[in-house]
Amino acid sequence: MSSINSPFDKPFEQPVDSPGGRMRPVPAERNYLNADYSVRSWLLTKDHKRIALLYLFSVSFFFFIGSIYAMLIRLELLTPKGDLVQAATYNKLFTHHGIIMIFLFLIPSIPAILGNFLVPLMIGAKDLAFPKINLLSWYLYMIGAVIVSSAIMIGGVDTGWYFYVPYSSNFSNTYVTLAGLGIFVLGFSSILTGLNFIVTTHTMRAPGMTWFRLPLFIWSHYATSLIMLLGTPVIAITLLLLVFERTFHVGIFDPTIGGDPVLFQHLFWFYSHPAVYIMLLPGMAIISEIIATFSRKNIFGYKFVAFSSIAIAVFGFLVWGHHLFSSSQSVFAGMIFSFISFAVAVPSAIKVFNWTATLFRGSISYDTPMLYALGYIGLFAIGGLTGLFLASLGMDVHLTDTYFVVAHFHYVMVGGTLLAYLGGIHYWWPKITGRLYPEGWGRFSALIVFVGFNLTFFPQFLLGFLGMPRRYHAYPPEYQVLNVLSSAGASILAIGFTIPLIYLLWSLRYGPKATDDPWMATGLEWRTSSPPPTENFVETPIVTWEAYEFAPQETMKVVGKLTPDDKPDRSSYSGN
Amino acid sequence: MATQTLNHADAHHDAAHDEEHHPGLAHHFDNMEQQRDSGTLGMWVFLVTEIMFFGGMFLAYMLFRASNPNEFAAGSYQLDVLLGGINTAVLIGSSLTMALAVFFAQTGNKSLLVLFLLATILLGFVFLGIKAVEYGTKFSHGTIPGRNFKVEHKKMEEYEEHHHGDAAANVDPARLQMFFVIYFMLTGVHALHMIIGIGVMSVLVFFALRNRYSPEYHSHIELAGLYWHFVDIVWIFLFPLLYLIGRH
Repeated sequence: MSSINSPFDKPFEQPVDSPGGRMRPVPAERNYLNADYSVRSWLLTKDHKRIALLYLFSVSFFFFIGSIYAMLIRLELLTPKGDLVQAATYNKLFTHHGIIMIFLFLIPSIPAILGNFLVPLMIGAKDLAFPKINLLSWYLYMIGAVIVSSAIMIGGVDTGWYFYVPYSSNFSNTYVTLAGLGIFVLGFSSILTGLNFIVTTHTMRAPGMTWFRLPLFIWSHYATSLIMLLGTPVIAITLLLLVFERTFHVGIFDPTIGGDPVLFQHLFWFYSHPAVYIMLLPGMAIISEIIATFSRKNIFGYKFVAFSSIAIAVFGFLVWGHHLFSSSQSVFAGMIFSFISFAVAVPSAIKVFNWTATLFRGSISYDTPMLYALGYIGLFAIGGLTGLFLASLGMDVHLTDTYFVVAHFHYVMVGGTLLAYLGGIHYWWPKITGRLYPEGWGRFSALIVFVGFNLTFFPQFLLGFLGMPRRYHAYPPEYQVLNVLSSAGASILAIGFTIPLIYLLWSLRYGPKATDDPWMATGLEWRTSSPPPTENFVETPIVTWEAYEFAPQETMKVVGKLTPDDKPDRSSYSGN
Repeated sequence: MATQTLNHADAHHDAAHDEEHHPGLAHHFDNMEQQRDSGTLGMWVFLVTEIMFFGGMFLAYMLFRASNPNEFAAGSYQLDVLLGGINTAVLIGSSLTMALAVFFAQTGNKSLLVLFLLATILLGFVFLGIKAVEYGTKFSHGTIPGRNFKVEHKKMEEYEEHHHGDAAANVDPARLQMFFVIYFMLTGVHALHMIIGIGVMSVLVFFALRNRYSPEYHSHIELAGLYWHFVDIVWIFLFPLLYLIGRH
């Protein structure tokens, strides 16, 4: 009976199936996937790993629905005339794209899938603190998703994902109330996930797992949870007020009877700007893990990276006013919000610089997760720095509501979060499924995604700077070349997202079996079997090592012949 | 790995038999203390989200009161301060009975635990009943925000007489609605929390009658107590902000 206090207690050589061995009957190992096959055991599961998979299926489904709307938008913008859809339909297209991608994909994606799967594993717990609440959060997600989908199917919403009044109150005949209620329910799903992570991180850590031994993934998810808890109730009450306004015709946001439409914008962005960090911080969580593992070095400045997550969460609550520079906010308030928005760049830059410093003199291997992570650093830097253009008062008046803004937040959300999400899915795929994905295809599609993404969104920076406004289905002919480039890029991006879908599904059946620790990473999640048993660990682990404790390079030995496919040898792996 | 995992399944099986676990201990916790700490922290964190939830409405209250001070004073004057005051006393009383219920849960006195839980539920219903009377009066006068909003003229005249020749008497009846929008939102959401609390406590009475709680295991009662006190405290803020601002 081996304990997992030390990684060296594990056998070095794991039995790996040879190509001919694939057809063997399933071995009798018990894990969370084969513990029970009934539908009931999935739908009523309290196992955080199974709930993560439930989220994976549903969130991926909505990602593809949201992508279809994106493709329709890019198809319409191929030509200057509004010839594919009418203006009113176009309003619905971008609204549906936004609502689905933000509330049904980006916000739950990394925390609810990878966070759910990994938080207990990484801290050495058997489960999250509240397994039933975890399952409830998935059901709330599904109920919210059904409500939002039905609002879309019976006629749609045309207000934009931000539901600005008076578009959404007096002047919309679409299904705003229903969509608002759906998002209200989705918000509770998000709150319960955040609550679970906070309590789990406080009370469920394994013996010896001190706060500064936590993987940075946990720090980032802790910061994310703080935002979920403090921000989401505010959007809930805002949407409730909006629903009241529409249903009972009271004037909370209507100036004719003493209400205030700008109050809606303040309340909305008080949540929705921090929500940007709900989407961003989990991505940063993944990047910290990947960068350390694939450069085989402790992360540079662990505490700085850890506290920068908290700093981003705190500063994130103080910058919402930069969305209101052109909506009757006083110039003085604008200056303060502008200044604090610049201040957020500091913790973000700390992360980027520390990741880069971690790469320095590391033993870098360019596996698929690392390709995504490197892409992330570059694209997030562009997305973040163009954010500073928009945080500057004067510059923003020129750029506000143009494609520059669209390009900026897609660099952060797609170039940042989505790339990190894909990198994370590849990185932990062997742990989640027990199978390896085909590395060659992985690298190839990472490259396609990177090229397609830049071709889609870089021209939009130029379009925005030239003055093309967002949310219009037609545009002057001189913008066509850049729009065609952008639509072409979107097609490439679509291919880049489809390839992983195919080979990841393929690998479930035909992929080689994964060892417990295929990347030779150091986290606790790699010290249990792949896939893990239902209880996660054989025995409660006792942690006696620091996070990312790779052996110093001087002590590394070359074992065998180095080929490009070689992983770093075991001597770079230290656990004590 | 295969052997390791198989051994593990056995080990887990044995452990379940070897150690005496409290029946209330969930499988993923190591001991009762960890379970209790998790529950308590979880409830506090939940209450923080509740503060943010009510906070949005308090922000709207501040903003609208700042821009319509006279209308808010006049609107407040139209509320029944006596009924509001009685309700405040009822809620504080229910917090006392709740605290006693927690005490008797800790000391393991089942019958008094059930008695005080029932007393808390009863006081909760008294509060909601008085609230319903207040709402009913407003409905019968048509003081309901919306297209058919009407001002209660008798109260309005009283108020204007009270502030005769005063700048505060300068009230725009159309904007008086704003006070009642906020009043109904805040008290309505508060009452919803009361109803949820009463529902939770009914379940606790059911569990307590089935001997589920003991001095070692009663965190449900404590958590419900935290929640109930929170709902109480919200009302302590609501009462002066809604009922008392028009009375000077």
